Amino acid sequence: MSTMLDVKNIEVAYGKIVAVKDVSLTVNKGEIVTLIGSNGAGKSTTLRTISGLIKPRSGEILFEGNRIDGVPGHDIVGMGICHSPEGRRIFPRMTVRENLELGAFLRNNKAEVAADFERVLTLFPRLKERVEQRAGTMSGGEQQMLAVSRALMGSPKLLLLDEPSMGLAPVLVEMIFETITKIREQGITILLIEQNANAALEVADRAYVLESGNVKMSGKATDLRKDDAVTKAYLGH
Amino acid sequence: MSNATTQKFKGTPGQIRNARIERAGAIVIGAIALVWILANIIKSPEQFAQVTVLGLRNGLLYALIALGYTLVYGIIELINFAHGDLFMLGTLFSSYFLSVWLKQQNSSPTGWAAFAACLLLVMVFGAVINVLIERLAYRRLRNAPRLAPLITAVGMSFLLNFIGLKWNGSTPRQWPTVIPSFDVHIFGVRINMVTIILFFIGVPLLLGLNFIVNKTKQGKAMRATAQDKDAAALMGINVNKTIAFTFALGGAMAGAAGLFYQQAIGTTNYNLGFQLGLIAFTSAVLGGIGNLWGAVVGALLIGLIQGLNDGLPIALGQQWSQSVVFTILIIILVFKPAGLLGKVTTEKV
Repeated sequence: MSTMLDVKNIEVAYGKIVAVKDVSLTVNKGEIVTLIGSNGAGKSTTLRTISGLIKPRSGEILFEGNRIDGVPGHDIVGMGICHSPEGRRIFPRMTVRENLELGAFLRNNKAEVAADFERVLTLFPRLKERVEQRAGTMSGGEQQMLAVSRALMGSPKLLLLDEPSMGLAPVLVEMIFETITKIREQGITILLIEQNANAALEVADRAYVLESGNVKMSGKATDLRKDDAVTKAYLGH
Repeated sequence: MSNATTQKFKGTPGQIRNARIERAGAIVIGAIALVWILANIIKSPEQFAQVTVLGLRNGLLYALIALGYTLVYGIIELINFAHGDLFMLGTLFSSYFLSVWLKQQNSSPTGWAAFAACLLLVMVFGAVINVLIERLAYRRLRNAPRLAPLITAVGMSFLLNFIGLKWNGSTPRQWPTVIPSFDVHIFGVRINMVTIILFFIGVPLLLGLNFIVNKTKQGKAMRATAQDKDAAALMGINVNKTIAFTFALGGAMAGAAGLFYQQAIGTTNYNLGFQLGLIAFTSAVLGGIGNLWGAVVGALLIGLIQGLNDGLPIALGQQWSQSVVFTILIIILVFKPAGLLGKVTTEKV
């Protein structure tokens, strides 16, 4: 398996506050990798750094062998990294259709975009009923589906998902995780952040446990699920 | 919670009472305005039509300037106080370009060609200056506390003001026009050539701008950036470029307004930006700031009210002009705080 994303010892700070102290991780082609950890562990900051919204203070990020740290966010999308951000961040005053079209902003092949449009609506049939509705008027779960769909519209090689299950009813959480597996089956590599560590470890191949800006543990998802420390701290049983 | 019950709920008794008072107030004010207009129409229909055309012409000028305020506010929530002064520089650029550099003092085919060239150049001039202002001053303050860019905008206004003072001198200056001076008579209403040209160029400019914002890819990038800059970047939108483009659009409109004003009124003054800028900004707020058509409607309305008040036989007259405009602004904002076309958006977070 070839390495798709290689994050090497990044340190990221907001002003004087260091959010990520020393994080290294790799994602191989075709994998689902999850970052778990409590609030403020630096998970979202790691993702925001990968997608170019923040520059790391030190360290390197390589995507398919090329350095991408320091490349502005709007150029990283074109390389094939699409990010469904924390808190969904959909465009509330635009319709579902417009949101999805914006997801494909950089793509010029109209036929391919139209095909992907149909594909995401098949993945999330709920959105199909609401294509002309303003995104801000939908329920939280529907907005989450839209955020994931919008990222998929960028035709990603690597999909970054930040807390796709946050604030959703249990039945929807299950549905979102099923969809994540389906997305992987379509050949898309996934880096997933979750507080719902149980569900995340179930779908993931490998996992990294973050704690106050450092990687505390890493390994196969199946192994981490059996690990006592992880069980105690994050799985709660 | 079912939809049926939420739709039937019209507010608490207090809210319902307030809504009724508002509606009654709106009807009373509307009725007074109607009576006033009807009285004038009966007294002197020709004068009424004449004044209406003049008012709408000024309104169109205000609209071109107001769009710059509303575009910039829409995308970075900044009131760009320097915008009125940019318009003023547009009037000076047009004056010098036509009368001094190209020495066009009267209406002739070369004069008209110079006018066309000036329209293009003054729009580029306005766009470039506005982009420079954004690049040098506002961009660095984008994540600063909101008062910092606001004060910077006031500072920029003074800076442009003093450039205008150096350029124009401290007293108003009169300039010749290159537009033919003959009038067109339609149903007894006299319309001069400048007004006609202003409508034939100004209206397509407004429509073109609306097309760019609502129908093009660049416009889509603008609307996305206005709603959420980080999310826009995650879509592959270059946020800095998009904001610069917005400033360029606003600047070009202010430049065009500068030329039209210079040709229609003929007088330039270094503090023109303050007077017209205030009116244009008021138009943008009246229509609902951030809303393109709102700015146009607000501007036409203010131009019309000013025109009617200044020129009708039964009216308060010119010395009350500003008072009347702002009284109406206050009344409208009391009833509709978000402006005529602005919407108070409720969004799920």
